[in-house]
Amino acid sequence: MTQIPLKEIMPNGEFLESGHLACPGCGASLSMRMVLKAMGEKTIVALPACCWSIIAGPYPQSSLKLPLYHSAFETGASVASGIKAALLARGDTETTVLAWAGDGGTFDIGLQALSGAAERNEDFLYVCYDNEAYMNTGIQRSSATPLGAWTTTTPGSHPEGRPKKDILAILAAHRIPYAASATVAYPEDLLAKVRKAKSIRGTRFLHLLAPCPPGWKTGDDETIELARMAVRARIFPLVEIENGETWRITVDSPGDPVGPYLAKQGRFKHLGREDAAAIQAGVDARWKALQRRVAGS
Amino acid sequence: MKKVIVGNHAVSWGVSLARAEVIAAYPITPQTQIVEELAEMCDDGRLAARFIKVESEHSAMAACIGAAATGVRTFTATSSQGLLLMHELLHWAGLGRLPIVMADINRAVAPGWNIWTDQNDTLAQRDTGWVQLYCENNQEVLDTTVQAFALAEKLSLPVMIVLDAFFLSHTSEPVDIPEPADVDAFLSRRDAALKLDTSDPHAFGALTTPAVYMEMRKRQQEAFDRVLETYQLIDADWDRRFGRSWSAIESYRTEDADTVLVTSGTITSTARYVINERRERGEKVGLLKIKMFRPFPTAALRRALAGIPKLAVLDRNISPGHGGIFAEELRSALYDLPADRRPRIDGYVLGLGGRDVTPDVIGECLDATRGNDGASSSREDIWVGVKP
Repeated sequence: MTQIPLKEIMPNGEFLESGHLACPGCGASLSMRMVLKAMGEKTIVALPACCWSIIAGPYPQSSLKLPLYHSAFETGASVASGIKAALLARGDTETTVLAWAGDGGTFDIGLQALSGAAERNEDFLYVCYDNEAYMNTGIQRSSATPLGAWTTTTPGSHPEGRPKKDILAILAAHRIPYAASATVAYPEDLLAKVRKAKSIRGTRFLHLLAPCPPGWKTGDDETIELARMAVRARIFPLVEIENGETWRITVDSPGDPVGPYLAKQGRFKHLGREDAAAIQAGVDARWKALQRRVAGS
Repeated sequence: MKKVIVGNHAVSWGVSLARAEVIAAYPITPQTQIVEELAEMCDDGRLAARFIKVESEHSAMAACIGAAATGVRTFTATSSQGLLLMHELLHWAGLGRLPIVMADINRAVAPGWNIWTDQNDTLAQRDTGWVQLYCENNQEVLDTTVQAFALAEKLSLPVMIVLDAFFLSHTSEPVDIPEPADVDAFLSRRDAALKLDTSDPHAFGALTTPAVYMEMRKRQQEAFDRVLETYQLIDADWDRRFGRSWSAIESYRTEDADTVLVTSGTITSTARYVINERRERGEKVGLLKIKMFRPFPTAALRRALAGIPKLAVLDRNISPGHGGIFAEELRSALYDLPADRRPRIDGYVLGLGGRDVTPDVIGECLDATRGNDGASSSREDIWVGVKP
């Protein structure tokens, strides 16, 4: 892959102020910054409860230069539906509504509202930044927490016992026009997907892996590296799905072993060699299933 | 134009005349006719609204919150379990100061399943920051629906219109439907001072620390302090234009009365009949109808009821462990009257889960209170017609 300096591909617009309240190395704040650069100023943000409820800043401050509605935990997709309907009622077809939610608000408590909105094909972009647990409340497991991970509610003696929910397949099953996964470690791919999503009408869904140094027990300078390792190890493949049918891998995952990715993170430090092998087996099986989907579409 | 319509369709007509712009709703008996009629109106072009067919009442209110925050006129309708599911977001709309209008069909709460009327669903939302207006007949329902938008938008408060399941929702009555142009002159398009707008970006509902949260609550309270007066102005304007008025509280034949029934909803109409009969027999009895439950019109109630010896409050609801809720609120409102002007209050719990409240039942309550010389202590939970 040719190396391209970031500044050459990154749009100039800046909609995230410095002085926001994210932790050092936060994948969620980087994600927001990049996504908004591709979205532009004609964007309204619907923000259910998540880390970003804090990052956006307390009243009367806001770290975003865009209109922002803080809403209840399970209402990202439903509030966004209402905002869009109101814009259309007043003849505004230009402004894009961006629902921005964490994994808890998407995989768990907000899934019903999201499913309803996706089924209706509501015209908005829904972004789930996934840090794989309830990080804002102090690292409790969600249904996005990966197999084997420590959280405060899955302590080291009884770590997470189930693989994470396949949210992208769930959204694809709604046959929405566009669903994709992306991460800040691959900004070119991320920006291309946001631009593509922005150009499409109907429900668009982006699943972003957003490493969380305090929750993953990693260094605050390892966020990009970890996200890249997750992609390379096929733990978080970068794909896009059109109309629920056409699956495409957008960045190759060479299949690095999962061991080094797990070893870098304190949340996996209790795992033995057998545990890592079981995780590797799950990753391999899901990769095969993905290959079948890609081949079959 | 006079039409014979059910209460549910009176709501739909009101919403249509108010030119609601976004409607989000989920079906529940006995509310469904409201949104079915609105869907028809949107479909055939009588109403230019966006109709979001959400997957739950929770999402209905969430969608209304998003739409109202974007500055448009917004409506939903629900009942019973649906209203209870919305509870979290009722607070959100209230404290978010969003002028959403909602019709709730008063239906009893499960278990066991019961689709008939009582007031426990709406009274459980007492503290969510919504104005609550209880209606007695279908004309009042239509007029109140349009007035509710004017009131909500004037004070940035959400307003709940409340009507009894079946006794109003599914009962046909002749209703005068105003001309759209006349309603347009009464109620102009919503023009929100603050809204989600990319040309003037603001964040709404951000983290609010102890240093500022109380001030926000106080402003909400101050808005509620202005509801009664604002409603009276709106109702007077309506009266000038359409020749009908619906007061927040209404005294009926209370002059010289020794005992007054206090009612809300459709029980009021039956109680009027009882009062007329008793007056013909020379009994000094009257009626006070409470339309506005939140804000509770305390000062007006004190003026209306001071000096009346006895009140019989008819509560189609129960606060378990306490008593009938209107009786409780009324006792609290009248507590500061001087002892010789303070009525004795008997609270009757009746009609729960849709049980009929007939003239005979109301007559029994009236007789019991009139016959009580004050020897037994007053109570708010005198159960009426309960089988042993």
